[in-house]
Amino acid sequence: MDGRTTRNRAWMSAVGATLLLGAALLLLALVGGKTLPERAGPPIEQLAVERTELVPGYIDVTVRNTGPDPVQVAQVFVNDAYVDLTGGEQPIPRLGTAMLRLDYPWQEGQPYLLSLLTSTGLVIEHEIPVAATTPQADAGFFSLMALIGTYVGIIPVVLGMMFLPVLRRIGSRGIRVLLGLTVGLLAFLAIDASIEGVEVSESGGGAFGGPALVVLGAVLAFLALTALDRYLGSRRTVNDAQGSSGIRLAVMIAIGIGLHNLGEGLAIGAAYAVGELALGTALVVGFTIQNTTEGLAVVAPLTERRPPLLQLLGLGLLAGAPAILGALIGASVNNAELSAFLLGIGVGAIAQVIIQIAPSLRDGAERFLSPATIGGIAAGLLTMYVTGLLVTA
Amino acid sequence: MAESRRQFLLGSALLGTAGAAALGARAASAAPSAAPPATETGGVHSGGHGGGVAGPTFRKGAVVDHAANGFDPTALLRDFDYGRVSRLPDGRVLREWVVAAADLDLEIAPGVRYPAWTFNGRIPGPTLRCQEGDLLRVQFVNTSAHPHTMHFHGIHPAEMDGIPDTGPGVIPSGGSFVYEFDAQPFGVHLYHCHVGPLAEHIARGLYGTFIVDPPAPRPPADEMVMVMHGYNTTFDGEGNQLYAVNGIPFHYMHEPVRVKRGELVRIYLVNALEYDPINTFHLHGNFFDYYPTGTRLEPSEYTDTIMQAQGQRGICEVRFPYPGRYMFHAHKTEFAELGWMGFFEVTD
Repeated sequence: MDGRTTRNRAWMSAVGATLLLGAALLLLALVGGKTLPERAGPPIEQLAVERTELVPGYIDVTVRNTGPDPVQVAQVFVNDAYVDLTGGEQPIPRLGTAMLRLDYPWQEGQPYLLSLLTSTGLVIEHEIPVAATTPQADAGFFSLMALIGTYVGIIPVVLGMMFLPVLRRIGSRGIRVLLGLTVGLLAFLAIDASIEGVEVSESGGGAFGGPALVVLGAVLAFLALTALDRYLGSRRTVNDAQGSSGIRLAVMIAIGIGLHNLGEGLAIGAAYAVGELALGTALVVGFTIQNTTEGLAVVAPLTERRPPLLQLLGLGLLAGAPAILGALIGASVNNAELSAFLLGIGVGAIAQVIIQIAPSLRDGAERFLSPATIGGIAAGLLTMYVTGLLVTA
Repeated sequence: MAESRRQFLLGSALLGTAGAAALGARAASAAPSAAPPATETGGVHSGGHGGGVAGPTFRKGAVVDHAANGFDPTALLRDFDYGRVSRLPDGRVLREWVVAAADLDLEIAPGVRYPAWTFNGRIPGPTLRCQEGDLLRVQFVNTSAHPHTMHFHGIHPAEMDGIPDTGPGVIPSGGSFVYEFDAQPFGVHLYHCHVGPLAEHIARGLYGTFIVDPPAPRPPADEMVMVMHGYNTTFDGEGNQLYAVNGIPFHYMHEPVRVKRGELVRIYLVNALEYDPINTFHLHGNFFDYYPTGTRLEPSEYTDTIMQAQGQRGICEVRFPYPGRYMFHAHKTEFAELGWMGFFEVTD
């Protein structure tokens, strides 16, 4: 009886406090708002170009108003020539979008600068570095993206996993070096993806958070994977008294790398959509080295066991297949905010994986950073850096 | 690093079968979507120019509200203001004008507003016309919120030059002054505000044409004035977003300048462009006599393209032997495609 009364009282006071807060805010909005001076200066106009689709003879541009005031696109010029356009006849409200169709005979492979002239004379520019016909999302396109994803995601990872028999012969010190190498590789990838995520997010206009989206994605992914790990861990203690920390670690690494590859696939798809498609085959050597080491990282914890082939294949898919999904999303959505968020998820996943691996770096003397692991980490960082140089060569 | 990595990934995407598939998919996807939708060309000005390969244009069907602006470039073309004429005791002609500066929000392209500074509510300002030897009195009234002057090209005393710290100096908001000087030399000149920052005061719209006719009039002709200018709508002083003759970009594409076949056409051409050093005038299907500054009665060249730096001007005289539409535009094609182009419509 007493307990219920106390609870009721607590509820009532909570409701009362909420009402009071609401009333205060309302009063502030009605009265306090009027005491503020009118906002001076011209309207703040911001438009983010979320997607450009190049159709022969036309350029379709999807813009989003990321500023506080409505924006009216009055005219558009492309490479300093006014163009006829349809769409966007009405002012675009905050966070609203409009699709503009520009009547312009663009040429394959040429750069274009779109200039949106607003009703107040402001010019909002968007650059198309290389024009190429935007792929249409048909069956052929999806199968192409799946093929690219398989090619850049699954195959190198599985190739790397084939080194498992070799790993079994190199002893615990060798494994620690290898795990250190993995940590180094992953750390470099995390830094690289963070920088790219921030760059991508800044092209989105910032209304949805800009670089904060990368951080949000990273933290959420980290928390989700930690929760998954705790869940798997608690189940293990009940179901598998022998302990299968090796396979658990491999799964976590595969998931982390998989989320990273999602970000990679996204970059591929987005670049494909805007037509950045010209490079020599020499670069692929470096690429294979990079993603092959991801396969090594997955199997590194499995040297003590003999997992069935299907399990290994599953790990390979877990790590590599998200590249396919990423490529599909990247090519068909091509949205800066989403890309930044997904890149952030990759970063968070990598951070989680590094923490997963860390205990295995311990040597006999319980040291995290033995000379062997330090060498491994440094080698991993340098490998990524050097293969990165191969890319620009 | 990020960029290189992305390209790196793509390089692999083009390998072998993936590359072949990519090319195949792109070729296939390009075909069905190629057909453009029918674009409506309605609206008041159904001149039908522009769009896609037919050249630059504003949104089709969209027009500037000339009535709201208070001036129409077609009317400006042949609008010569001879002032209020009277005789002085010694027999000389006295011409008097009232020119008021005002701040106006003008629609300079369909849907684009521009906070303009104007002479007599229009861009360009009124074409003041007189004869050599007249005594001119221009009463300048500054109703703008900003200080301005009227600075005339020509020959006059220093105190009538319309610049700061000389004669009346800057005419403040609400102030007025009568500029008085003799009309000389004959030719086509310009006037503009001369208050700092100078580029902005001119670019906002404070310029106009000042024509001094020679003592013996030029041969009769269909006369018109064309002031080449631009709008820097972002006010960054870096080039212009819009280029025009007589106020509104592309206007004479929609409403061609109508002239008669075989008749002498005389164009008083003035370059009042800011932020770009040089402007040009090119006429299609014809050649014209060009009189630089109009201070000599003999043409200096027979051409279809001339160039004028900022503040330069001249007279173009032309006859059209054939009927039809003849384009004229800046041969700096960037300016043309950003609005500085139009048509002559030649009829019998």
